Amino acid sequence: MVPTSYFLVLSAVLFGLGVIAFIFKRNILTVFMSIELMLNAVNLAFVTFSRSLGQLQGQVFVFFVIVVAAAEAAVGLAIIILIHRNRRTLDVENVDSLKD
Amino acid sequence: MITPQIAVFLVLAAVIVAGALSLILQRHPIHSALSLVVVMVALAGLYLLQGAEFVAAVQVIVYAGAIMVVFVFVIMLLNAGEEERANVSRWARFVGVPLGAVFLVEVAYWIGRATAHLDPAPAEAVSTRDLSTLLFREYVFPFELTSFLILIALLGALVLARREESN
Repeated sequence: MVPTSYFLVLSAVLFGLGVIAFIFKRNILTVFMSIELMLNAVNLAFVTFSRSLGQLQGQVFVFFVIVVAAAEAAVGLAIIILIHRNRRTLDVENVDSLKD
Repeated sequence: MITPQIAVFLVLAAVIVAGALSLILQRHPIHSALSLVVVMVALAGLYLLQGAEFVAAVQVIVYAGAIMVVFVFVIMLLNAGEEERANVSRWARFVGVPLGAVFLVEVAYWIGRATAHLDPAPAEAVSTRDLSTLLFREYVFPFELTSFLILIALLGALVLARREESN
């Protein structure tokens, strides 16, 4: 069997890469995708602990995370469409009216 | 000692990390989206490796299927082009990036060490029946709440994306 720690290290690396993408990317769609990447890293940790502790609750929580991610994608992409319609840009650097 | 399972894990982990790096390095959003699909399918393989078959199926169908289709659809709808090259300051490039890499490696190292004693449970097949029993007995109220959440999210997306009549 694959040791539990392997999966957890991969989960941490994946989450870190998601954070890096979230900070470095400038396209608002890619920023949104990096959030999905982080959610996936958390799901991996949930499934790993579920197996390691021999409990099924972790997998149930993964379902809830996936459902919330779907809801978030629906609302978030609607907001992105709205931003594009109002400002004609997808660059997060140009959406800065809260700065002024 | 590399067992077949560990070999499969290493291959899938390499695919996942490469996909995530590709998501960061690609300039065009559609390439990033396709990299994310690769990451999600490889993650489904890892779930299979851990005996979570139903989660793997849901991962492929809902995540790699439905959610990413919506992403690609929006990218094409908005005609999203290449991202401009960010002018990263010299401080960020020569101090921030190495510090971030060191931090990432260190976190991964300590998580690996702290959890090294956790042995994987004996591989008992988790049947989808057990999972659904748990979901529809103990967690039936959160389950109904999530269906409500989806409904509200759909309504919100409709209201947000609707074109104003006056315009």
